Amino acid sequence: MDKMPAWADAVLVPLISILLAALLSALVILAIGESPLDALTLMIEGALMRSSGWGYTLYYTTNFIFTGLCVAVAFHARMFNIGGEGQAMIGGLGVALVCLFIPFPHWSVALLVATLAAAVFGALWALIPAYLQAKRGSHIVITTIMFNFIAAAVLNYVLVNLLRPTGAMDPATATFPAATHLPTFQDMFATPDNPLFRGAPANVTFFLAVLACVAFWLVMWRTRLGYEIRAFGHSESAAKYAGISPVRITVVAMLMSGGLAGMMALNTTMGEAERLVLNATEGAGFIGIAVALMGRSHPVGIFLAALLFGFLYQGGAELALWTSIPRELITVIQALVILFTGALDNMVRMPLERVFLALRKGA
Amino acid sequence: MTQAPAIELKGISKAFGPVQANKDINVRVMPGTIHGIIGENGAGKSTLMSILYGFYKADAGEIFVAGRKTDIPNSQAAIAAGIGMVFQHFKLVQNFTVLENVILGAEDGPMLRPSLARARGVLKQLSEDYELSVDPDQLIENLSVGHQQRVEILKALYRQADILILDEPTGVLTPAEADHLFRILDGLRAQGKTIILITHKLREIMEITDTVSVMRRGGMTATVKTAETSPEQLAELMVGRKVLLQVHKTPARPGAPVLQIDDLRHTDRHGVERLRGVSLTVHAGEVLGIAGVAGNGQSELLEAIGGCVDASGSILLNGKALPLSGPGSDGAARRAAGIAHVPEDRQTEGLIMPFTAWENTVFGYHRDPACQTGPLMNNAAIKQQAQDKMTRYDVRPPNPALAARNFSGGNQQKIVLAREIERDPDVLLIGQPTRGVDIGAIEFIHKEIIRLRDAGKAILLVSVELDEIFALSDRIAVMFDGKIMGERAPESTDQTELGLLMAGVTASQAGDPIAAVDASLHQKERREARAHD
Repeated sequence: MDKMPAWADAVLVPLISILLAALLSALVILAIGESPLDALTLMIEGALMRSSGWGYTLYYTTNFIFTGLCVAVAFHARMFNIGGEGQAMIGGLGVALVCLFIPFPHWSVALLVATLAAAVFGALWALIPAYLQAKRGSHIVITTIMFNFIAAAVLNYVLVNLLRPTGAMDPATATFPAATHLPTFQDMFATPDNPLFRGAPANVTFFLAVLACVAFWLVMWRTRLGYEIRAFGHSESAAKYAGISPVRITVVAMLMSGGLAGMMALNTTMGEAERLVLNATEGAGFIGIAVALMGRSHPVGIFLAALLFGFLYQGGAELALWTSIPRELITVIQALVILFTGALDNMVRMPLERVFLALRKGA
Repeated sequence: MTQAPAIELKGISKAFGPVQANKDINVRVMPGTIHGIIGENGAGKSTLMSILYGFYKADAGEIFVAGRKTDIPNSQAAIAAGIGMVFQHFKLVQNFTVLENVILGAEDGPMLRPSLARARGVLKQLSEDYELSVDPDQLIENLSVGHQQRVEILKALYRQADILILDEPTGVLTPAEADHLFRILDGLRAQGKTIILITHKLREIMEITDTVSVMRRGGMTATVKTAETSPEQLAELMVGRKVLLQVHKTPARPGAPVLQIDDLRHTDRHGVERLRGVSLTVHAGEVLGIAGVAGNGQSELLEAIGGCVDASGSILLNGKALPLSGPGSDGAARRAAGIAHVPEDRQTEGLIMPFTAWENTVFGYHRDPACQTGPLMNNAAIKQQAQDKMTRYDVRPPNPALAARNFSGGNQQKIVLAREIERDPDVLLIGQPTRGVDIGAIEFIHKEIIRLRDAGKAILLVSVELDEIFALSDRIAVMFDGKIMGERAPESTDQTELGLLMAGVTASQAGDPIAAVDASLHQKERREARAHD
């Protein structure tokens, strides 16, 4: 009965969307007088051909995996969590507090406690919109957007007035103690005669993100909670019929979502900057929406989509560095990818369905 | 007859993707007759009528109206050709008056006043001619469903339709309203109008039509004179094999009271009180049927007993009171207590349509320890029992990995039934057990309900099909406007008496039944409208 095979739906549709986005981007680059082919070569070389390039690509990928999973949990419960950005900011605050004020003996202990803090802070930031949605019917899209602004303001206040070391001009915390330094890919893989990942920020949290993908799959498709979240997401009236509490699922799904967003801060705050700065999230919370859409809310898809956006981020930075293509154009390219994979999904899907239908009739 | 047919369809075919909704349909509808089109859900009746009304374009075939080949690319063309349609779900603007609705889309000019004045005159004439009395200045939202349907008919007649298509017109009517509708149709036929009546109810076909066409799986299997056929023959033509229309059952042997409901009340989120003090008792080994027109609290009654909504009053199960709100009052708790629930709407309540069949076979029972291994769900065990159930209940195709939405209505219902029955409950709540279910599966489901009754279960049946209520129930309670109007034994009552009760009229008021029905329905709608304000 299904209109096309599952592999076409999962692989072909996003692939064609990306190609279309790339084609349009090429036209834009052509229009400003640069060579699209050179640009592509530069992006690939910068992001994928050197180990340090990979180190950056995977660093961004880590962020996008966490925020992608964050949006996907909410999607499964039919909620649109636009608040990943704010939840990640507050998660960063949690990371900073434990790193600054708890003397850790070893980075592994620090990572464990900081993960907990990040998840709890992020989850709590999602709790209020979740509660308002579940009990008062306030729309989660509106409240999470508002909470992004509140989070930014809170962080600003805390950094400027409370956590800024005296005398510093920068709205940021002091650098974390050395014991909280997370092993980077350079620390882990470089040998004296083969200096891999030199200077790149990718660190051990990447593996944590991969672990989160596995855990996400287990919870969603192998546990009772995941079953209930998915059931609720498909039909609230059916959930009520089965004795699944809408309030409970709404709150639990948003706590998980916020927790995942918060964990993104481990990568940026503890892994890279080693202090909390004002704009640590850099819009990754919003990229998470595109990642979840493109990845069909499935961890494998999210991993691949996060990798693509990691590549775009790193490749884009290279472009800005080496060509006269302005930085803003990178945003245009990313936006085109989001537009084609997220919003214009059906534009590719429907003709493709027709093609498969015709093929089947012919067969 | 040498007259040209009012409508003639030649070789109409229409496919939606791989689904052949209509294949090579040929039919002639003679003028001045009522022509029935009967078939199961999904047989292609609605598609055919949509082609005739210009909603869909046929892939092949020709349409002749009054002998002339006519192209009907859209509904304006259909109206121009003199075809009017009364949809199952009315297309009326609720906060417009009858008059405004009638001229909507057929205004004479940019100013409304002349159109309204002309329409008022036409409407007066029409209602005198055809017993179609409706107050032209009343707002639609203040009209009963039966009156709203009359407005739809008036709309078509105002557009000078000679051919009227009615799609399942009695689905939402009380028997008294349905009788009135049939009288109107009679009058229209007498004036030379042609009527096409789409229905799945054999009784209506036998009662009013001159000719009947039977559809099965997209094809037209036969067109026969109604006088020369029988319900049994039509059913066989619809299904393609012999069908048992009667349910065979022995007298019930009721045991102790199992489900005792007293003064049950429920107010929905719009503030309308949907259950207004319902009291009922269901005994072991009997079927209590709840008759009523849709929307009189039957759905809420099932939901309140099944734990889907909060209520007040009391429900005793085997003598023990169940909590009606707060913790321990949800669907899971009711299931644990021994109340199984086959909901009215399997697509939005009973099943998660994108879930696989095996995931659905434990829906609601998924917290059962048998479904768990440690922190994970025991999917292997769930798949195994799903396969078992699907084989035993003859679910087709017997593939547990298929998504629920890929099964036909009847097979979806079997999945729900299997899930609820297999837990060996004390009480079975069952709503609209055969809605959208093919005749073959209806037979199976009815047998299953009687088998459970004979096994000593207490069964509460809600159905808007009076025939079904009569066929299965040992006692019949009639609901109107959130209250039980009365209880009858099926052998000592008839459709007329139940019909009046369903319209809220008790025997003492029945001096002038039509007036009493109108007054009663009006009162109900006033109450609901007040609650909305």
